[in-house]
Amino acid sequence: MTVLDEHLLETVAELHGVPEGAYNIRKDGQSVGRKSTANIEIVTKQDKPGIDIIIKPGTKNESVHIPVILTEEGFKDMVYNDFYIGEDADVLIVAGCGISNCGPQDSQHDGIHTFHIGKNAHVRYVEKHYGEGDGTGQKILNPLTNINLEEGARAEMEMVQIRGVNSTIRTTNATIGPKAHLVLEERMMTHGNQLAETRMDAEIVGADGSVQVISRSVARDQSKQIFYPRVIGKNRCKAHVQCDAIIMDHAQVRSIPEIDAQHSDAELVHEAAIGKIAGEQIIKLMTLGLTELEAEEAILQGFLK
Amino acid sequence: MLVLKDIKFDAYNEGKKVEIIKGISLTLEPGKLYVITGPNGGGKSTLAKIIMGIEKSTSGEIWFEDQNITDASITERAKLGIGYAFQQPPRFKGIKVRQLLNLSAGHKVDCRNCKNSLVEVGLCTQDYINRDVDTSLSGGELKRIEIATLLNRTLKLALFDEPEAGIDLWSFTKLTETFSKMHEKKEGTIVIISHQERILELADEIIMVSEGLVQRQGPKDEILPTILMGPNCYCDFTKGGKPGYDCVR
Repeated sequence: MTVLDEHLLETVAELHGVPEGAYNIRKDGQSVGRKSTANIEIVTKQDKPGIDIIIKPGTKNESVHIPVILTEEGFKDMVYNDFYIGEDADVLIVAGCGISNCGPQDSQHDGIHTFHIGKNAHVRYVEKHYGEGDGTGQKILNPLTNINLEEGARAEMEMVQIRGVNSTIRTTNATIGPKAHLVLEERMMTHGNQLAETRMDAEIVGADGSVQVISRSVARDQSKQIFYPRVIGKNRCKAHVQCDAIIMDHAQVRSIPEIDAQHSDAELVHEAAIGKIAGEQIIKLMTLGLTELEAEEAILQGFLK
Repeated sequence: MLVLKDIKFDAYNEGKKVEIIKGISLTLEPGKLYVITGPNGGGKSTLAKIIMGIEKSTSGEIWFEDQNITDASITERAKLGIGYAFQQPPRFKGIKVRQLLNLSAGHKVDCRNCKNSLVEVGLCTQDYINRDVDTSLSGGELKRIEIATLLNRTLKLALFDEPEAGIDLWSFTKLTETFSKMHEKKEGTIVIISHQERILELADEIIMVSEGLVQRQGPKDEILPTILMGPNCYCDFTKGGKPGYDCVR
């Protein structure tokens, strides 16, 4: 493992060396490290690139790290990862992709993640995307996430794009069963001429299912962001969609939330707000001794944390 | 320690000039507690904002510890030891009480004093330290956290803009005790903008600001009785006024 590899792994998965618990580290299309545990089995797919992560029912307080790094210029990677989370399990899954591209050719990683979350299981999922390198080659990430929550299952999905990703189309499709609860939290920062598009479709099919979508983004320079969250309530359910964006410089942010109630007991709410940093906030921090620039950074850091 | 020389401030409303402050000169001594009072819209908050550098005076000079700070930025004044607690503090999405207090103390890491400052404003540290400074806080909670951001710092001049507004009775008692304690320590000059009799009672000197001018200034015992005659006006007998007439607002 090179210093660059370690740096990318630390950035996207907060890893310092080999993680505890089960893991699979993928570098430039190859698995460079893997460990299964008694309760979590990681198996290579036979029909297409990718892995199956099988978590036994009742597994508690265990974690799986499956970071991906791309360091080879011009490498294009597509991977299918399927997660089978057994009933009553309670686990943390840390994914993420870091691209370093210093050359003129584009690097691209498209991860297709499918979660089958069993009855009453609980998953916390953290995914960070990051790009670096000053070559003219684009760093492209197009993740597709499918989530199926069975009765009483809960999932908190935290999806973060830190910086350096030139172009991204992020798609999430979720089906929520009875009494299941899904939190989709997205935090994003775009800069330069970057483009980011997020599509989220959450369908609540079971009675008393619920969804919470929280999106916070910062668009700087000439970057463009489009956000399309959609929640469909097909049963007695609750959903709250909240999109907040800070717009700076010459950026553009479009937020198009949709709530679709197909049941008279569906309670769906959406809120969307785009604006620059409030002047009062900057002034308050300046009265504490911060410069205008430091105040702006502190506000953005807090907003995206 | 703070000298204001003929401060004027004009604002423009639909192109029409409005004189908010018409020429205020003041000298504030070190270690004293001043309460600025007077009717709403009289220029009190504007004056405090001019001292902090949030508003720029149209004319006049501000001297702080023998240094002309008229053109100094907010940040520079903060670094010189001037602090200002907002009447309506801003909310921050994503910034926690802990971070705000750390920023106010100038530390990146936790400070012991941060926790004490919450207790001083009547908030239980454990309940609040990890809360976001956003719309989940009530107006009163936000106001108390705002005051805590000043208590955290070693200030030469602390300005509090209507600290009692939105604060419940129990916390108000705690707050007056906190101001008393601050004053006893004589660590710096305290200026409180307030309408509350119990805060006016704390003052060494009361400054009555109305219609953009200092109408009266003097020791508490001299000024307070004249103010207590009416909520928003008093009769200036020195100018030959009669009770019920010549009300100075």
